[in-house]
Amino acid sequence: MTQTPIISVKNLNKKFGDFTANDNLNFEVYKGEIFGFLGANGAGKTTALRILCGLSKPTSGEINIAGFDAYKQTELIKRHIGYMSQKFSLYEDLTVFENIRLYARIYGMKSKEIKEKTTKILDELNFAHARNKKIKDIPLGWKQKLAFLTAIFHNPKIVFLDEPTGGVDPITRRQFWDLIYKAADEGITVFVTTHYMDEAEYCDRVSIMDLGKIVALDTPENLMKTYTAKNMDEVFIKIAR
Amino acid sequence: MNSFLSFVKKEFYHIFRDKRTMLILFGIPIAQVLLFGFVITSELKNVQIAVWDKSNDITTNQIINKITSSGFFELRKIIYNEKDIEPTFKKGKIREIIIFEEKFAEKLSKEKTAKIQIIADASDANSANMMVNYTKGIIADYLVKRNANIQYPMQIITKERMLYNESLKNVYMFVPGIMAMILMLVSAMMTSISVAREKELGTMEVLLVSPLKPIQILLGKVTPYLALSIVNAIIIISLGYFVFEMPILGSLTFLMTETILFILLALSLGILISTVAPNQQVAMFVSMFALMIPTILLSGFIFPIKNMPLVLQWLSALMPPKYFIIILKDIMLKGTGLAFVWKETLILTGMTIFFIVLSSKKFKIRLE
Amino acid sequence: MENCSVSVKNISKTYKTNIALSDISFEVKKGELFGLIGPDGSGKTSLIRILTTLLMPDSGTASVENLDVISDFKEIRKKIGYMPGRFSLYQDLSVEENLNFFASVFGTTVEKNYSLIKDIYYQIEPFKKRKAGQLSGGMKQKLALSCALIHKPDVLFLDEPTTGVDAVSRKEFWEMLKQLKNKEITIIVSTPYMDEADLCDRVALIQKGEILKINTPKIITSEFNKKLFSIKSENKYRLINDLREYKYNNSVNAFGQHIHYTDINPKPDTDELYKYLREKGHHSVEIKKTEPTIEDCFIDLMK
Repeated sequence: MTQTPIISVKNLNKKFGDFTANDNLNFEVYKGEIFGFLGANGAGKTTALRILCGLSKPTSGEINIAGFDAYKQTELIKRHIGYMSQKFSLYEDLTVFENIRLYARIYGMKSKEIKEKTTKILDELNFAHARNKKIKDIPLGWKQKLAFLTAIFHNPKIVFLDEPTGGVDPITRRQFWDLIYKAADEGITVFVTTHYMDEAEYCDRVSIMDLGKIVALDTPENLMKTYTAKNMDEVFIKIAR
Repeated sequence: MNSFLSFVKKEFYHIFRDKRTMLILFGIPIAQVLLFGFVITSELKNVQIAVWDKSNDITTNQIINKITSSGFFELRKIIYNEKDIEPTFKKGKIREIIIFEEKFAEKLSKEKTAKIQIIADASDANSANMMVNYTKGIIADYLVKRNANIQYPMQIITKERMLYNESLKNVYMFVPGIMAMILMLVSAMMTSISVAREKELGTMEVLLVSPLKPIQILLGKVTPYLALSIVNAIIIISLGYFVFEMPILGSLTFLMTETILFILLALSLGILISTVAPNQQVAMFVSMFALMIPTILLSGFIFPIKNMPLVLQWLSALMPPKYFIIILKDIMLKGTGLAFVWKETLILTGMTIFFIVLSSKKFKIRLE
Repeated sequence: MENCSVSVKNISKTYKTNIALSDISFEVKKGELFGLIGPDGSGKTSLIRILTTLLMPDSGTASVENLDVISDFKEIRKKIGYMPGRFSLYQDLSVEENLNFFASVFGTTVEKNYSLIKDIYYQIEPFKKRKAGQLSGGMKQKLALSCALIHKPDVLFLDEPTTGVDAVSRKEFWEMLKQLKNKEITIIVSTPYMDEADLCDRVALIQKGEILKINTPKIITSEFNKKLFSIKSENKYRLINDLREYKYNNSVNAFGQHIHYTDINPKPDTDELYKYLREKGHHSVEIKKTEPTIEDCFIDLMK
């Protein structure tokens, strides 16, 4: 794996009044890496994620996302990342193609390119027949896959996935991860936030946040060794207790 | 019984702990009454008028005097010919011109009829209408007072207006309307929203699975709002009585009885809405469109029913607030009792029973 | 069955064109901790709602404590505890007020049944004046469980009680359920997390409204009739693709850092597999035999 940092965070602090949401965070994420950003609800994940997406400004620290500065170049950051959340990703009353076209247009892609790429992607997924179906009429698993492919449609440098795979069946879940692996293989950095530890084991490296601080950062395998745990669940329990 | 009481207690907690609910319950009613009251009474203060008195005799002078001393009108200009009419209005300050015909006093005493023309600036149709009505009212009043035995053809103003709203304070007309609207809002909308909220939170599932009977759940939801609506009604009536000097000629007990009847009707409508609304948003939307807007537009609260197209008149006959407003006006301004409003009371009672039966039928003991 | 607590016979349920449950039958013994394991939309919630008398099945019969879910629904409602998918608490009432309210709804008091919830409630008791809306996910979960238990139900239904809570709370929650078992309460719990199956006495694996398998977790995993290998190399994505192209492959599934692989041969030749992968350019290949998990079984049964 090439070790080119695509996200670089040095001494990131974010305060809301007296409350420190992010306390001196330091980490790097490399190009083409699948990075898991873990922590319980309220540990400060969402705050950090917002800063990395250019949605909010840090209080202090040196943060560089895809080559852009997190203070001054937030608009450029947004142009070069993709984002998918569990709650809101696709418009239910638009068709598959209409959704893709909408997002691609937002990122300034040309009509012809959009059409060709949509056809290619749907063919690869064996989903061409659903091109003109409304999102609300397709199964949950497909929605997730489409939401992911829409988020990387404009070929971003980084894609942020916020709690992506809750509740789907194990086969669909693996199909979803296959897409993630493929994207990473093509050089897109994948940044996953989740509080579901099982998911973390699929990542190349993970960081665990607790009370605004990063308390662990390594490959899942090394973490399991360090904490003599069978799985990431146990790692988390040992850290949190 | 114990579980019922704690249900009611819990409802009161919900109400008292939510600032928005408290605001809708008590802030809005008070603000509405005061706003409507002051806006209406101040609207017709010092309207600038002009007079073209072709006769200039004792009678016309007396009438002009009475009009200007009413406090509503202020005489700013005397004009002498027709050409002046348009320029006077165009300047924009003067909103009404009163024209007396020649030999006004003479005609009035000999021919028993004399003509006055009122020209109003109708760019604001509502207030123009009100100005003209007020003017006509004052003129008619003058005639009535001058010789009560003789009926003059000039008496244009409707009898009700003159008899029961003599000082022309329009705020009286609005108090019953506002009361109907607010009781509808508080009772129907708030109950439907609070039931829908339990559905949204999932607590309704737990309540359904508990041994509580549906009737206990419904009564538990309704009781606090019944109590609060009664408090609200008292606040509105007191405001009308003390701040706007609205008379209450009829029996207060009877007034409250009718009010409680209307509250019950509104509550059963609220429950009915909540049986079909899956979440708070829908409950609010349905309450707004199915209850509030008809209450405002079709009950005779703002637009007189008599002036409506026939289809809307039929529709308004279906609006419960219409009957409540009639009853309130009769009790407060005419002092009548059940003998005069039994028909309306019967209609309201019938509607209440109908909605209670319908909503308890529609209330589901399961999730489908 | 003599000591049968819940019995489901040929239950079917359809919403418009969507089949939620098709011809489901099973029984749960008294005092058993029974798990309904399946992804979202598999029919778990519909099934629990039928058993808690909130939904009527289209066909089939079901009984709880020998009471029919349709005709005896009022009796059933006195005997069961229910915790719906979202923690159904009044956010604007305090911990204490919530508990008192649910106790009185069931015609009892907190004092009367305190011993039953003591082990759970004492953990949140220090916060009893706090509003439920201000509690953490784990504490809400404990309060909801206390509320569902306060009337000493014979059967407890828990619909996805561990969804959306962190790993620590999840673990604590299962420990509490284990303790409740000692108090002779039948517990039926649904979850989308396959790894929680091992914590139940018996489980039903559900997918698309049908039961794939029903048994103890041990027996289910022992019935996995293929040799399962856990494979690892430096590039997971390429490894998955190469394994899928391998002529003897039967199944290839990512499992965290590893790939779970089964072969079509009853006696797989691992040397050949090593050789194949090395030819494909994988250097640090690791192939280990591994024990199947419930998730492996679920995937296998789905096919």
